[in-house]
Amino acid sequence: MARYIRHACAFCALLLAALLVNAARVQVVQSRLYDANPANRRATIARYGQPRGDILVGDEPVTGSTDTGEPLRFERSYRDGPLYAPVTGFASQTYGTTFLEHAGDGVLSGSDPMLSPLPLWNDVTGRLAPGGNVVTTLNRSAQEAAFRGLAGRKGAVAAIEPATGRILALVSSPSYDPGQLSGNGEAVSSAWERLNHDPEKPMLNRAVRQTYPPGSTFKVVTAAAALDAGVVTDLDEPTDSPDPYRLPGTTTRLTNESDGCYDASLRMAFEWSCNTVFAKLGVDVGVPGMVGMAQAFGFNDTGVRIPFGVAPSTFDPRVDRAQLALSSIGQYNTRATPLQMAMVAAAVANGGLLRSPYLVERTTRHTGETVAGSGLHPVRQVMNPSTAVRLKELMADVVREGTGTRAAIPGALVGGKTGTAQHGVGNSGVPYAWFVSWAQAENALEPQVAVAVVVEDASADRGEISGGGDAAPIARDVMRAVLAR
Amino acid sequence: MTKAGTTVAAAQAPAAVVRLPRRRGIELTLIVLAVLLSVYGYCAVGIARTGTVPPGAAGYGAGLGVLALWAHLAVRLRAPYADPLLLPIGVLLNGLGLVLIYRLDLETPNNRAAPAQLVWSTLGVALFIVVVLLLRDHRVLQRYAYVCVAAALVLLAVPILFPAVNGARIWIRVAGFSIQPGEFAKVLLAVFFAAYLAANRNALAYTGRRLWRLQFPTWRVLGPIVTIWLLSVGVLVLERDLGTSLLFFGLFVVLLYVATGRTGWILVGLSLAVLGAVAVGRLEPHVNQRIEDWLHPFATIDAGRGPNQLAQSLFSFAAGGVLGTGLGRGHSVLIGFAVKSDFILATAGEELGLAGLAAIVLLYALLVERGYRAGLALREPFGRLLAVGLASLLALQVFVIAGGVTGLIPLTGMAMPFLAQGGSSVVTNWAIVALLIQVSDSARSQYDGREAP
Repeated sequence: MARYIRHACAFCALLLAALLVNAARVQVVQSRLYDANPANRRATIARYGQPRGDILVGDEPVTGSTDTGEPLRFERSYRDGPLYAPVTGFASQTYGTTFLEHAGDGVLSGSDPMLSPLPLWNDVTGRLAPGGNVVTTLNRSAQEAAFRGLAGRKGAVAAIEPATGRILALVSSPSYDPGQLSGNGEAVSSAWERLNHDPEKPMLNRAVRQTYPPGSTFKVVTAAAALDAGVVTDLDEPTDSPDPYRLPGTTTRLTNESDGCYDASLRMAFEWSCNTVFAKLGVDVGVPGMVGMAQAFGFNDTGVRIPFGVAPSTFDPRVDRAQLALSSIGQYNTRATPLQMAMVAAAVANGGLLRSPYLVERTTRHTGETVAGSGLHPVRQVMNPSTAVRLKELMADVVREGTGTRAAIPGALVGGKTGTAQHGVGNSGVPYAWFVSWAQAENALEPQVAVAVVVEDASADRGEISGGGDAAPIARDVMRAVLAR
Repeated sequence: MTKAGTTVAAAQAPAAVVRLPRRRGIELTLIVLAVLLSVYGYCAVGIARTGTVPPGAAGYGAGLGVLALWAHLAVRLRAPYADPLLLPIGVLLNGLGLVLIYRLDLETPNNRAAPAQLVWSTLGVALFIVVVLLLRDHRVLQRYAYVCVAAALVLLAVPILFPAVNGARIWIRVAGFSIQPGEFAKVLLAVFFAAYLAANRNALAYTGRRLWRLQFPTWRVLGPIVTIWLLSVGVLVLERDLGTSLLFFGLFVVLLYVATGRTGWILVGLSLAVLGAVAVGRLEPHVNQRIEDWLHPFATIDAGRGPNQLAQSLFSFAAGGVLGTGLGRGHSVLIGFAVKSDFILATAGEELGLAGLAAIVLLYALLVERGYRAGLALREPFGRLLAVGLASLLALQVFVIAGGVTGLIPLTGMAMPFLAQGGSSVVTNWAIVALLIQVSDSARSQYDGREAP
C-alpha cells in the first residue's frame, strides 16, 4: 500500500505545483496585460488615491485637493476657479483634463518619471510619486485686472513679458468654475451638460482657442512689412494713397472712418487708422512680403504650444490683390487669437525680437525642488531693429494723441493700436473691439508688458472708438498692474 | 499493507517499538512564530492604512496565542508524539486568514466578518481540543463508519429544505448563523470511505470478473460504496455545489486507488469525471456559465458589462506581481461579494504577491505531506486510509478553489481551508488537523523503524 500512498502523494504534489506554475503565469508573465486592461480600475484608483499637485500663481496655489473618502479619493478644487480656468483647465475624474491640468498631468498626478528619486523607482515600487507642482508665469494682479476689466462681457485678454515670452495674463470671459467638473457624480455630469449647452460658451478659451478678425490692429503687421521692405522710408512722407481707395481689379471702393487720410503719411495713417493707406501699402508690399511678415510674427503656425496648443492664426497666402488689400487691414479671412496679437505687440516692444510665449515657469516636486525649468524658448528676429524703433514711435503716438488715448498711464511710455473688426453676414454683427499695446515704466530699460484685448460685444458705437473705448481701458489696467510690481 | 518480505522480517525479529522524539518544544516554538507572524500581518495592515499599529493588535495576538496554547497543551497531554508541524501550520493559516479578513473588513465597514471568524476559530480550536482529548485512538472511528455515513447524508440533504443563496443550496441558516453542512460531511465521508475500504480492500482487489485489463469486483463489495458516493454527488448536483461533489469524487478515486493499487480505477475515475463534467457543463446553465467564464474571463468586459468576478480576481493577482503591493495596499475588494470567502486567495495574491502565495501553497503542501507521512508510518489500513483521505481532501480542496480563482480550472465555489471566511469550514479544518494529529501520534509512538516514516 505504501507505494500507492506515495503515488497519491505525488499526485497531490503535482496539483499544488500546477497551482504555482499557473500563479506565476498570471502574476509574472501576463501581469502587464491584465494591469493594462481598461476595465481594471487600479490605475484610476492609484491616480486619485493621492492629492494632486498644485498649479501655482506666484507662490500661491490656485488649486487644491479635496479628500472625499470615496474609492476615487481626491478631487480637484479651485480657488478663484473662473479667474484661472483658461490657464488651469479642469481635472475631472469623469471628463479628463484640459489645458495646464492636461499638459502638466504627469507632474501633477505624480506619474512623471522625473519625479521619482531614482530612475525606474516608480516602476519598481509600483507606486506614484507624490504629485508635483506646476509654477506658472502668471502675474496675479494682471490676471485679476483683466478679468475685472472684462466684467463678464464676452472677450479675452492675453499679456506677455516681451523680453522673455512669459505669459503674464490669460483671461477668457465669460468663464466657469472648473471645480464643478472635478468629481464623478450626478452633479458633475449635469454641470457638464449645462456648460456645454450654454450659448455663451463659458468653457471656450477665447484667449488661445478662438480666432477673431484682427481688424485695424493688424496694421501693426502691415506697417512693419512696409518699413522692412522699404516701401515706406520716412514716417512723415506722404504715402501717395487715394481716398477712397479702389481695390485693385474691382470696382469696390474702400473708405475710412475718419477724415484726413488722403495721401496721409504713415504716422498720420497709423494714428487715425486709415484703411485706405494700409490697404494700398499691403498691395505695394506684395503677397510674399506680407505673408512673410505675418508668418514671422507667428501667423499660420499650427504648432504653437504654451505648453497646451494654441489655435493657429491665419494670413492667407493665396490671395489676389484685392483680397490682399483687405487682408492687410485685418479683414477678409485674416484671423488671430488674442495671444497672437499680444505676440505682435511684444515683438515690436522687444526691438523686433519675438520670444515664443510660455506659461510654465518651472515644475517642482511636492517638496519644492525644481524638476524642470521653463526650457528653451526659441527667439526669432521678426523685423529690423530700426523698423521696431519706428513702430514703437507710431504706437506711442496712437496713445498720446490718436485713437488710443484711454490706454495712457501717467509715468509710463505706452504704445498701442486700436481695432474694430466687422463680422457677420454683411457686417451685421456687433463689431469686435480690439486693443493691442505695450508699456514701459519711466525708469525701465525696455517695455515690461505687451497686451492684447478683444471685447466681442462692445458697445454699439461702430468705428475705431470702440477699440479705444472698450478695450483700451482694460489693457491699461492690465499694464498698470504689471508696472506696479 | 505489508509486503511479504516485511512480514518475514517482522517474524524473524520481534517488533522492537522505537519511539521517535516527541519534539513538543519545536511545536511550541513554531506556534509562537506563527502567532507573531500573524500579529505582524495585523500590524502591517494597520500601519499601511492609518500609519499606526491597530489598537486591537495586542488583543488579537493574545487571543490567537491563548487558543494556540490550549491546543498545544492538549497535544502535549494526549498526543505527545504527534507531528510537531501540523498544529503550527494550522495556527499560521488560521491567523493569516483572520488578518486577511480583518484587512478586507476595512473596505466594507458595514459588513465585518473578522469578529465572527474569530468566534468560529475559537469553536474550531475547541473542537480540536475535544477531539485530541477524547479520541484516545483513531481506530475507534472505524466502528462508527455507518453512523458517520448516515450523518453525512443527512447533513448533505438538509440544505435542500433551505432557500438557495447565490445560486447554490448549500447553507442552512439557524439564528443568524449560516452553516454549510457539506463541510462537515466531507470528514464523515472520509472516515466512512477509509473504514469501508480498509475492511473490503482485498475483496475489491482480488475478486470479481476481469474485463480487459480491469479487475471488476463483485457488486456485493463495490455496491454500497458506489451507492453512497453516487448519493452524495447526486445531492450535491441538486444543490449545485459542484466544488464539493468534485472533492468527493476525487477523494473516492484516490482512496480506491490507494486501497486496491489498481491503476485502472484511476482511468475509470478520470473517464467518468470527464463524462460527467461534459454532461453537466452542457446541460446545466449555472455550470455552463462557469465554464464560459473560465474560457473567456474578459468576455463580459468586451460586452460592455464590466469585469466579472474571475476577471477582477485575475486583475488582483496580476496587480500583486512577484512581491505584492503590501498588506492593506491592494484593491482586491473590487472583486465584490465573495472576496472574503471564495476569493480570499486573490487578496493574498495581490498584497503578498507570488512570493506570499507560494509560501501559502507550500504551507498547505507541507500539511498534506505530513498527513501522507503519518499514513505511511502507520501499519494498520484504516489509519493509513484515513490519513491519506484527510490529506487528499485538503490538497484537492486547495487545488479546486485556488485553481478556480487563478483561472487554471473552471471556478467552483469552495472555501480556502483556514483562510476563507466561513465558520463551518474553519471548524471542519480544525477537526481534520485534530484527526491528523491523532493519527501521527499513533504512527510516531509505535514506529518500528522498518518502513520509512
